[in-house]
This record gives sequence, structure tokens and C-alpha cells, in this order.
Amino acid sequence: MRTFTGRVISPGEAIAEAVVSHGGLNTLASFQKALQFGDKKATCGDQNNPDLYGKQMVGRALCLPQTIGSTTGGLVLYCACAMKRQPACMLFSEPIDSLAAAGAVLADVWLDDVSMPVIDSLGEEFLAYVQDGMKVTVRDGGVVEVA
Amino acid sequence: MQHHMQLSEEQQAILDGARGDTLARVMETLVRYGEIFGATTMVPVTSTYNHLVTSFGLKALTPVYELMDQLIQAGAASKQKFSADPRPLDPAVPSNILQNIVFKHFMYSKQDFYENQLRELGLMDPDAFTCTCYMDEVGNTPLMGEVLSWSESSAVVYANSVLGARCNRNSGIIDLMGSVVGYVPYFGLLTDEGRQADWVVEIKTSSKPEAQLLGSAIGMKVMEDVPYIVGLDRWLGELDEDARTYLKDFGAATASNGAVGLYHVEGITPEAVAQGRDLVRDGAKTYVIDDAELQRVYDSYPVVWKNPDARPKLCFMGCPHMSLNQLITWTERLEAALAAAGRSRVVVPTVFTAAPAVIKRFEETPYAVCLKAMGVIVSYICPLMYMNNPLCSTMPVITSSNKLRTYTTARYYTDDEILEQITGGAQGAKGGER
Repeated sequence: MRTFTGRVISPGEAIAEAVVSHGGLNTLASFQKALQFGDKKATCGDQNNPDLYGKQMVGRALCLPQTIGSTTGGLVLYCACAMKRQPACMLFSEPIDSLAAAGAVLADVWLDDVSMPVIDSLGEEFLAYVQDGMKVTVRDGGVVEVA
Repeated sequence: MQHHMQLSEEQQAILDGARGDTLARVMETLVRYGEIFGATTMVPVTSTYNHLVTSFGLKALTPVYELMDQLIQAGAASKQKFSADPRPLDPAVPSNILQNIVFKHFMYSKQDFYENQLRELGLMDPDAFTCTCYMDEVGNTPLMGEVLSWSESSAVVYANSVLGARCNRNSGIIDLMGSVVGYVPYFGLLTDEGRQADWVVEIKTSSKPEAQLLGSAIGMKVMEDVPYIVGLDRWLGELDEDARTYLKDFGAATASNGAVGLYHVEGITPEAVAQGRDLVRDGAKTYVIDDAELQRVYDSYPVVWKNPDARPKLCFMGCPHMSLNQLITWTERLEAALAAAGRSRVVVPTVFTAAPAVIKRFEETPYAVCLKAMGVIVSYICPLMYMNNPLCSTMPVITSSNKLRTYTTARYYTDDEILEQITGGAQGAKGGER
């Protein structure tokens, strides 16, 4: 097991199975089909992301460097949270980007019954170490355990 | 909420609820959003108009419309009028009965409702729906140095890079919130420091690089960093209409294939002209782009059609929306290519998209009749929203837009290849069905 420490963007605790995107996560391309057609697993629909394409994102520890692409990204994340289609947590190896940050803050400020801990700046080693299927535990203070 | 940002008396009062709970939450959202990026102050939004990315009444975005309703109920109208991204539907664009049922009953069933919300919140014109709001014909063209609260990745990168305005890559909703309170957090691309280049990109191609391919290559390499591009001025000459159109398409590809919010082109874009290589940070990385590198990027695109040899059923040009200059140039190119191929009409149903105001202006020119006679449809639609229909996404659609390629199943070809395919020239349209 290894422990990584990052910065807390949205507080909370979570235990979930990891899904890992080594490239930037295109939020719109990843979530839009799932949200549009009621896919309860939020299967990733981004054909340009070989790491995540076709994989379940709901309830998973989504590990990624940053998000990229359309500036609908934040509101798509907000909608995923409002519709209970969000990952268990989002764990960024890099400093968070403005779109993902917007989604995290919008969900935290405007939704009362949603929890999606978001931690950033976990470092390149985090993304090199974590693999699909590993157990990820998010604790207070930005502590992330990967086993 | 606890915060570290230094707020003015007015901003603090809003945060404390002096203007109601909804506006307090709007301010809390902006303060928290800014503090993540180290913002210590808020600055006034100084542009005349805002631009919003959300233009579609997509059922899946119901939580967004509910949030908009909260703003309307609280009387939190935007302090600025705004334009918005293109409409998702246009009856002029080919679609069958089943596709229409999905469009109207499953996807965009909230379109009328949402457009009413936009009007209540401050839409600048009933037809102000385009991703290229900065076109002269549309009239939402910010000035150098103005602070914006825009979203829409292709518009933000154009405003920052080509116009020299200052705007972060804001998400939808955040865009409107900045306009509602009249302030945005001061960080990133609003600051001189944030506008410095992290990369020097050297263009060493043997001919003028395809805008959409070059943008894709740079976006995928630098991600959200700022590139300073050298060697492109050799191909662009000066910042005229042609160059602006080129940079529109180039920038959209950098922003969608990566997350670029600002680029500098040596000798061309305003800040690069004024400051030159002083814009480049010490220790900036270098990326060299030659013919082989562009080919590598082109070859890396996945072909997601079920039958890669399928005959195209539709061609979309104009993501982002075409300029007037582009509509005219393409009309001339089509005329010449069809004449060379011995044809009078395109052999693949083809849609050119542009802002309603640009289309209106184009229709005043003789080119409009000519383009129509060649069988090309001109539409204000958002091709991306069209392709999101699962019954459309299974169709073999071709495009020269790298943004459309990134978000949909549309297959990317260069402009020359598109011209060949839709006119049946040279190699002609490919045979076979999927």
C-alpha cells in the first residue's frame, strides 16, 4: 500500500475501486452519452480515451491528471452529481484545471445531498502507481491510500 | 464561509447575504473557485457582452435549468447582455423521422423552455446563437485588455489570443455567475504572469500547415499551457481576414484536443507583436512540428466507424462556425472543384454552418445562390449537438473540424480531402456501405 497527500478541493471521505485515465479526461465526451440516456453506470463514452472508454465511472475513484476539452465540463460534472452519476471521488495528479474546479465547487455549494471528495496535486508518482481495480481510500486532509 | 480573498465592501456584503441567499451562493461559488487558483481579489468584468456555452435545452442538463430558475426567481439577471452557443436543431439539416423523434422528444425537449430562460437572463439578440460571437456581423467583439466572463473553449481562446482580451477558461454556469455579480476572480489568464508562454513551438513544415491539424498537435502536446508559436507568420503573413479565420480553426483545435486558453503567434497576435519573446518564460519547453509530426498526429486519430470504408452520408463544415470570408472562399473552391470533376452538385450531402448574422450577410452576396445551386445547405446549427443523437452518431459523417472529431464519431479529413470527397474529384467519394 502507498499513501499520497494532495490538496483538498472538496472535502469528504471515500473508499472505491480505481479507474485510471493517464491522459486528460474530456468531461463532455466522457459523460454526455451516459447523462443523456440514463446510463446508471456512467460508462465513459470518450473514444479518444483508450484508458477509460467503455468503463464505469459511477462509484469509482476516478484518477486522472486533469480534465480537458469543452467548457461545458464544469456543468456536466455538476449535472452528474445532481443526477447521482458521479464518481466516488476525483483524484488529480496535477493541480486541478478550471473546468473540473468549477464542477467540484458548483456541486459543493449548490447541491445539499451530494458527496464527491476531490483532491488535486497528488503528483506524477500517484498516477504512475495507481491502476484500475486497486482499492483507493480517501481520508480527511487530502490523504489518499492506494492498495 | 471562511475565505482568504480580499473582497470589497460590496462583494463582502453580497457574500454575507445582503442581496439574498441565491446571490450569496453565487458569490461563494466565485470566491471558492478563485481561491483554488490563488486569486486574492475579484476584478470587474469590463466587456460589453458576455458569452455562454450552454445553448441547448438538453433534458440531461435539467439540474442546470433548475439552477438557472433559482437565479431568475431571485432576480439575479445578468448585468451584461450575452450571446450563447449555437442552437442544436435546424430543420434545414437532413434528418429522418426517427432521428427527429429522438431530437425533439428525448434530447432537446427543453429547448423552448431554456431559450425563454436565456431571454429572461439577458440574451443580447433573439438570434445571438453562435460559437463565433466575436465575428463583426454578430457584434460581440471584445477589445484588447477587456476582462471577460466567457465560456466556450473556442471563443475564449480566440478572444485571448487574437483579440488580446482577458478571460479564463470558465465553465458553463461560472460564465453567467461572473456576469450576475459583475466580478470575476483574478487569476490565470487575467494576469500578466498567467499569459507568459510555457512552450516554444517551432513550425518547420514544408507548406502552410492545416489549421485544424496543427492546433490538434499543439493542444495534445501542451494541454493547458500557453504556447508561443514561431515560424507560422511565414505562412500567415499578417493578421488579415484569412489569418483570423485560420486562427479561429487552429485555436478551436488547441482548445478541444487539449485545453489551451491562450496562444501567441510570433509576428501575428497582438501580444506577440507588442512583446515578442519577452512573453516566453525562462526554461520554456520546445516542441518542433514538421511534416512528419503532423502526419503522426493525423495517423493517430482513431477511426470509429463500424465500416471504415463506408460512403459518407453527410459532411459538416463549420465547427466552430464559418466566417463570411470562409463561406465565400469555400464557394469558390467548390465551384472550381466541381467544374474540374465535371459535376454541378456535391455528391455528399453537405452542411456549412455559420452564425445567423453571418448567414444573413452571406445571403446578401451572389455567392449564396451559387452555393445553394451546388447543393450545399447553410445552417446555424451546432454540428456537435446534431451528432450527439445516437441515431446520427452511427452515420458515416465527415468533417474538417478537429473539435467535431474529438467529441463525436465524425471522421476528420483535411480541407483538400473534404473537397475531393464532396465533389467526387480525384479519388472521389469512397464506395461501400457500413
